[in-house]
Amino acid sequence: MIDSKVKNILFAGVGGQGILRASDIMCMVMMEAGFDVKKSEVHGMAQRGGCVTSHVRYGAKVYSPLAESGTIETLVSFEKMETLRYLKFLTKDASIILNTEEIYPPAVNMGDAPYPEDVIGFLKNHYSKVIAFNAAELAQKVGNIKAANVVLLGAVSNLMNVEKSVWESVIKESFPKKMVKLNLDAFQMGIAA
Amino acid sequence: MKKLLMSGNEAIARGVYEAGVRFAAAYPGTPSTEIMEEFAKYDGVYAEWAPNEKVAMEVAIGAALGGARALAVMKHVGVNVAADPIFTVSYTGIEGALVIISADDPSMHSSQNEQDNRNYAKFAKIPMLEPADPQEAKDYVSLAFQISKQFDTPVFLRSTTRVSHSKSVVTLSEPQLPEDKTTLKHNAGKYVMVPINARTRRVEVEKRQVALKKFVETFPENKMEINDPEVGIITAGMPYNYAKDVFPNYSYLKLGMVYPLPEKLIRHFASKVKKIYVVEELDPYLEEQIKAMGIPVTGKDIFPYTNEFDPGVIKNAINSDLQGAVSPYKESLAQRPPNLCPGCPHRGLFYALKKSKAYVHGDIGCYTLSYLKPLEGLHSCICMGASIGMAHGMSKALNEKGKGKVVGVIGDSTFLHSGITSLLNMAYNNSDALIIILDNSTTAMTGMQEHPGTGYTLLKKEAKKVNLNVLVSALGIQNIRVIDPYNLNETKNAIKEELASSGPSVIIAQRPCALFKRANIKPQPPLKVDADKCEGCKSCLGLNCPPISWKKGVIKEGSNRKGISFIDETFCNGCGLCAQVCKFGAIS
Repeated sequence: MIDSKVKNILFAGVGGQGILRASDIMCMVMMEAGFDVKKSEVHGMAQRGGCVTSHVRYGAKVYSPLAESGTIETLVSFEKMETLRYLKFLTKDASIILNTEEIYPPAVNMGDAPYPEDVIGFLKNHYSKVIAFNAAELAQKVGNIKAANVVLLGAVSNLMNVEKSVWESVIKESFPKKMVKLNLDAFQMGIAA
Repeated sequence: MKKLLMSGNEAIARGVYEAGVRFAAAYPGTPSTEIMEEFAKYDGVYAEWAPNEKVAMEVAIGAALGGARALAVMKHVGVNVAADPIFTVSYTGIEGALVIISADDPSMHSSQNEQDNRNYAKFAKIPMLEPADPQEAKDYVSLAFQISKQFDTPVFLRSTTRVSHSKSVVTLSEPQLPEDKTTLKHNAGKYVMVPINARTRRVEVEKRQVALKKFVETFPENKMEINDPEVGIITAGMPYNYAKDVFPNYSYLKLGMVYPLPEKLIRHFASKVKKIYVVEELDPYLEEQIKAMGIPVTGKDIFPYTNEFDPGVIKNAINSDLQGAVSPYKESLAQRPPNLCPGCPHRGLFYALKKSKAYVHGDIGCYTLSYLKPLEGLHSCICMGASIGMAHGMSKALNEKGKGKVVGVIGDSTFLHSGITSLLNMAYNNSDALIIILDNSTTAMTGMQEHPGTGYTLLKKEAKKVNLNVLVSALGIQNIRVIDPYNLNETKNAIKEELASSGPSVIIAQRPCALFKRANIKPQPPLKVDADKCEGCKSCLGLNCPPISWKKGVIKEGSNRKGISFIDETFCNGCGLCAQVCKFGAIS
């Protein structure tokens, strides 16, 4: 029986981190699981090292590909400080999965602005479910830092009521043959993280 | 039928294929680009990148006059470029069929303005369909071709960023088989728009308007949903979804065709509900026309004129007493603007250009990103191709005061788009400005599309490759220099010398985009900062290269440095610019 209420997930990070691929996989998993699904993307100029977000919404019937502020139940953040940028989109009891990797924006590189301190402490003070780990390092362990997006999906899959085998079959179809094992390993890393 | 997760752009391409259409021309531009890239993947199609939208439009018109069903695709500002032929093909009509896709960009995610191209439909008297999601985007394409054929008119299909770049579940249809109806048929009275013929066609346009206004009253994609009789919403396109999300129980009139409007249907809807809101992004386009019918509605009194909507915007506008969502994090966060990539060939050029202290007219492309601190590489940017004409105009107006101080920069694809005629003008009117063509061998910003200087076509066939040096020379420019922007000294000297020389000059800064796969760039080993040699002068930080950061507090004895530079080797592509910038030989 499909839960008819629309669920909202926000993927956020920095251009080049594989955010759109991750949200694509999430959508295909939810589609396979029988839900209606919509997602938003950011292309073009906004992608060159800038902030990238992708909303994923699924349920019995979804209208808008964008969720309203204050209704995101799961935030998947690909970069530590980026997590803070999107908190107004979250419900008060939202789950946050974050990659603790730091990618400095230009003002921080230049020494003109600080990189925020103790992001995880702040998040844990305000949200009951915060899952933080360095997905880039885990991806490196399975062979390619670029698989950090799939590591994060492994952690996301623990919060979703969909069989792991559905995720795995979508991952298999989403990458060229020689990249499949690497990404399945990355997915397992995320499940265990 | 098969169901797929598709973006609006993928769905439009599928729709064109399903409609049996096999001919399309376009110039890339976000958010429209993937329509052509996806269409070009289908078997048996002819698809081309034209050098600009006007050419693409004329190519499609030519095909349509030869009996083909043809498509032209462009972003919203591309329609400005193509406007000249569009306004007159509205008079001539076509033999085959002609659909123009305009992909608008509310919120300017990737654009210089957020013009509402629904106005073009009304202005040029061309019918316009507006889908609300990828499924409709696919299905409306074939409706657009049918209307074009039936009424002998070009038809607009308007998408927006949120339709083009959202994904949802699309049910495919069985593709129609293409039917070859191309033929050479002379009909000069209809197609030669000299005044005497144009006056005749002008009257035909008004007859067509009458017929379309009748047709639209029963057009099945104008859909009425009567629920709550208290409140009705009239809307079209993506905002329908936003409104349905937050007000599922209101009554709706969702217009699939936004020009011309179904006046009787709108009156009928107005008679069924007490209070009407018109929910539309950007201009009060529907609102003004509905108010002109004498129907009281609420629109831009409460809804914003600017930016795209989302469900919250609509909810908060209608329930103005609602509190918006707030973040518990109250500190200010460093912005994360898009930036030139590590190894980007534009970086060295703009670093050198800044030293010249010239006024730099910019253009549309990745290099526009160089305007931010610390590069501050350009000081104006209006539209595709504008840099050359503007540099010339400023140089002429300032005369002696501007000597050696006015530069225009333009990418290779942008130069071929609309810079050639303005460079010809510079030679003709003996300009004193310096033009720098940033030739990175591709159309980088939109994702490496081919153009007449790349040597390949959209269909991956080898093509005649324009030689920029020869082209510039043929336009009448005598001072031409080709440089490598990775070589800072060469770049600085070329800029200095060409600014000092009289008459128009062109520097072609040649180096492929660092992300361009075909250029087969072998990344060099990442560079390192020697902490013993670094004096903390921050010169390298002036490059704004993503891997280079400042580590405060790393001091050394005998030096008053306050910190050092650090290079993150996971991002560094080894271009070596920072090593050239370092005065202490600390980077290698």
